[in-house]
Amino acid sequence: MTIQLTIDGEVVTTTEGTPLVEVAAANGTYVPTLCHHPGSPCLGTCRVCAVRVNGAIAASCSLGARDGMVVEVNTPELRDLRRTIVEMLFVEGVHNCPSCEKSGRCQLQAVALDMRLEGARFPYRYPDREAEHDAARIWLERDRCIFCQRCVEFVRDRETGKKIFSISRRGERARIELDVELADAMPPEQVAEAVDLCPVGAILAKGVGYDVPIGQRRYEAWSLRNRVLGRRPS
Amino acid sequence: MTPDGAARVHASHELPATPPPAQTVEARAGKIPIATISLCGCWGCTLSILDLDERIIPLLDAVTITRSSLTDIKRISGRCAVGFVEGGVANEENIETLEHFREHCDVLISVGACSIWGGIPSLRNTVGLAACLREAYLDSPTRVPGSPPIIPRHEEIPRLTTTVRPCHEVVHMDYFISGCPPDGDAVFSVLSDLAAGRPVNLPTAITRFD
Amino acid sequence: MGLDADAVLTRHGRDRTRLLDMLWDIQRAWGHLPEDVVAGIAEGLGTTANDIRETASFYHFFHTTPGGRYRIYLADTVVARMRGYDEVRARLEQETGATFGGPPDPTGSFSLLDTPCVGLSDQEPAMLVDSVVFTRLRPGKVADIIAQLRAGATPEEVANPAGLPHDDVAYVDHLVETNVRTKGPVFFRYPTDYRSLIRDCLVLTPEQINERISESGLRGRGGAGFSTGLKWQLCRSARGERKHVICNADEGEPGTFKDRVLLTRSPKQVFAGMVIAAYAIGASNGIVYLRAEYSYLIDYLQRQLDEMRADGLLGPAMMGRKGFDFDIRLQVGGGSYVCGEESALIESCEGHRGTPRLKPPFPAQRGFLGEPTCIDNVESFATIARILEEGPEWFRAMGTADSAGTRLLSVAGDCSRPGIYEVEWGTTLSAVLELVGAQDPMAVQVAGPSGECVSVAADGARQIAFEDLACNGAFTVYGAQRDLLGIVREHLKFFVDESCGICVPCRVGNTELLRGVDRVMAGHAAHADLDEMVRWSQIIRGASRCGLGATSPKPFLSTLQRFPDIYRSRFRTPHGVMLASYDLDEALAGYDAAMRELEEDVS
Repeated sequence: MTIQLTIDGEVVTTTEGTPLVEVAAANGTYVPTLCHHPGSPCLGTCRVCAVRVNGAIAASCSLGARDGMVVEVNTPELRDLRRTIVEMLFVEGVHNCPSCEKSGRCQLQAVALDMRLEGARFPYRYPDREAEHDAARIWLERDRCIFCQRCVEFVRDRETGKKIFSISRRGERARIELDVELADAMPPEQVAEAVDLCPVGAILAKGVGYDVPIGQRRYEAWSLRNRVLGRRPS
Repeated sequence: MTPDGAARVHASHELPATPPPAQTVEARAGKIPIATISLCGCWGCTLSILDLDERIIPLLDAVTITRSSLTDIKRISGRCAVGFVEGGVANEENIETLEHFREHCDVLISVGACSIWGGIPSLRNTVGLAACLREAYLDSPTRVPGSPPIIPRHEEIPRLTTTVRPCHEVVHMDYFISGCPPDGDAVFSVLSDLAAGRPVNLPTAITRFD
Repeated sequence: MGLDADAVLTRHGRDRTRLLDMLWDIQRAWGHLPEDVVAGIAEGLGTTANDIRETASFYHFFHTTPGGRYRIYLADTVVARMRGYDEVRARLEQETGATFGGPPDPTGSFSLLDTPCVGLSDQEPAMLVDSVVFTRLRPGKVADIIAQLRAGATPEEVANPAGLPHDDVAYVDHLVETNVRTKGPVFFRYPTDYRSLIRDCLVLTPEQINERISESGLRGRGGAGFSTGLKWQLCRSARGERKHVICNADEGEPGTFKDRVLLTRSPKQVFAGMVIAAYAIGASNGIVYLRAEYSYLIDYLQRQLDEMRADGLLGPAMMGRKGFDFDIRLQVGGGSYVCGEESALIESCEGHRGTPRLKPPFPAQRGFLGEPTCIDNVESFATIARILEEGPEWFRAMGTADSAGTRLLSVAGDCSRPGIYEVEWGTTLSAVLELVGAQDPMAVQVAGPSGECVSVAADGARQIAFEDLACNGAFTVYGAQRDLLGIVREHLKFFVDESCGICVPCRVGNTELLRGVDRVMAGHAAHADLDEMVRWSQIIRGASRCGLGATSPKPFLSTLQRFPDIYRSRFRTPHGVMLASYDLDEALAGYDAAMRELEEDVS
């Protein structure tokens, strides 16, 4: 059903139930996301896509469009809120871009650059989390994990459908686990997909470091904002 | 080593200095004074300032560099409009120097990864100071075999801080230029804005984190 | 030793949704969850061992590594700390030789663990030795218990020397007090003939029941206060082959214990409410989700359910009504506050981590196993039974315009008569304080950490009501001598410990807020830092995924509003340009500490 709603005061038309974050993008309004993976079930974990819907704060990936919704995206308050959440992620882990294989193709970095992230308002924690090296072709650099759950929900063993990645513990101690046996059964293209699916540099392929020259990396060649909005690289 | 009653250790900017020659003072009149410092970093960010290349020449009509890592002048004389700080805070001398900059600069800018979040030196935060000292001084492969184990400790050697911290966790910082190091263009953009009295507006296109 | 994986799987029909039950069986048999047994369970369920651990490691009562023969969980609560918690804790460490959070004592007899409120705030300090509870602890009593355990007695023998049968209320009463201080109008009044009540209800149509519940104005007693009638109607009209009724007995809000008392004194009143709900919405399956801390109620509650089955008040074709099949099973949790959130509770019932779901859809639309589910609090179900006994008008006549009926309060803290009180909604704070014999009260934690900390001086005339001081039942009195800032810290720590961690604002933000309060307490904050913390709080409340994050900053916010001096008095004037939050002493202490650590290597 076709419905109408407003985004930052502008009336837009869409199909009922379309995730608001996608409605916004289709109408030229960029909303940053980290856990959202278009075409996959909503995870709603990162909350970076927070907007106001009829006055209340909501994750725009997790709400479907309804007729008459009043959506606010680009108010100073909401920009600050989304930026605060990104700052939380930056202080929680170790996001050492200069030494990260994912730099230039990291979604967290791209989101932060677009927001012009500066020094975080929270003290940096410098955690020392154990890395997972036991699998043959894939490893986990947990210091960089933002716990988005993409790998847990969307990467499955192709034969059995079993989870390759899982969670353990809870709260700030929660972390991602890797089933080494199933990881070793992943075909190379699935490894590449998993690395790509990870929005940060937490899931990495062994034996691969920096494979694209600076200046030509994914989000340098075509910014995240322009990708989301479907605008060709400038 | 320091007997009782010895003179207290001075911060470097407290040491006596020769006033600049009259023509230097005259040439500087009316220009915007800026200063730079490298705390715990690799000087790469300072080199990015040099990456301004020939653009630095017209800029010098508007600004004058009163204290910089390159001239090795230890203090900011008088009031300074803009201070660029490279590197994070890793020892007590860094703390004193950063305070000195904050006290004397109207605008203070964190330049580069180390200044903004600790950077490479902050890797030691996850290891702990004792392990670092042991590795550097006791278990070091370059230690002379049979030499007595010594870890430097002297009143005149600044103590390392427990952890390396970004500058804005110690004093208020006004602006941030990210990058490891930042592009010379980014430094130029910020400097030009400040020199022209415009609000600082660093384009995302020339900003980077690595 | 214990059961093997296959026996456990068989006992629970190889049903993945019964994973928590399986984990309890394994842990009771083995003392922990051995790797090979977990692997066996995983294989039997067609999943990975990591997947089993994903669920198990979420709950703090499940352990993947062996502990001492007995695990002692001492409840670390604000009220316990008013009642000699520190001495009891120290004595436990001394007597057992173990340390809290550390490895077992050298003989392997005891592990000491912290646990949040176990629903015994009126008889603190309290501890669980495995599933056996001990209350009103004093150092001497603790020493005696440990001595008996060392001498070979089981916790069960220590707690229940007379060998009272576990399914008897005398056993429950022997372990814990119920401290019911008022009788009626809704609760603890007189025995009801549930057979007649259910029969009378079954004469009505489901629509008529729903109408009566709507007319009564009942709002959910779990805290959120959603209209029960509306929820039931939504659930009734939701499309689904099968529907479920779940009773939320995961009473985890620190300071609350009324549901424990209701389940002890009036279990059939609660179950009758569930039967009526099942009839009204067309449900066939009922679950009581009981927090693991109340495990000593399991056998007693099972017996109540058995009696109802024997009376034909549960089971197929109930009371001869063909097509009305409804039964109730107990689901014991694993130790997690967030499982009190309805969608997290449903996840837990399905054998998963207690991660709150995204809403919508709401449980009434897609709940347990994706099917329409009516989930209500223990007190709500007990109230429903009475509404249908006396009529909606009777109920509606009590309380205020927006809050019909009465509210059970779990009263604890600085008062002479802690326990359970039934008050009409609209009763003022002062009136409750007088009723309970408050002692020099300064503040009251209304509705626990997730509620408000109000000032007795400023808020005495306010009413306990959804439209004024909403209350989920916890009512904890703080006397003038209490350190409110310390209490705020305890409550923020509680939320950090209990956050499921799935969303960023709650996982990271609550820790930052706690550290912010720590800086205030250490004299490392200035006014601007508090302003920042207020902003963080708004973000955590607004952007978090579930009710935990939506309420977790309230201990900070409500005390900042009511008692700003507890913060102001700790402010530091920054010296020079250095930020108040920068701890210079800490920064410079590390080098000397490292040198001391390396002294042996150097000398």
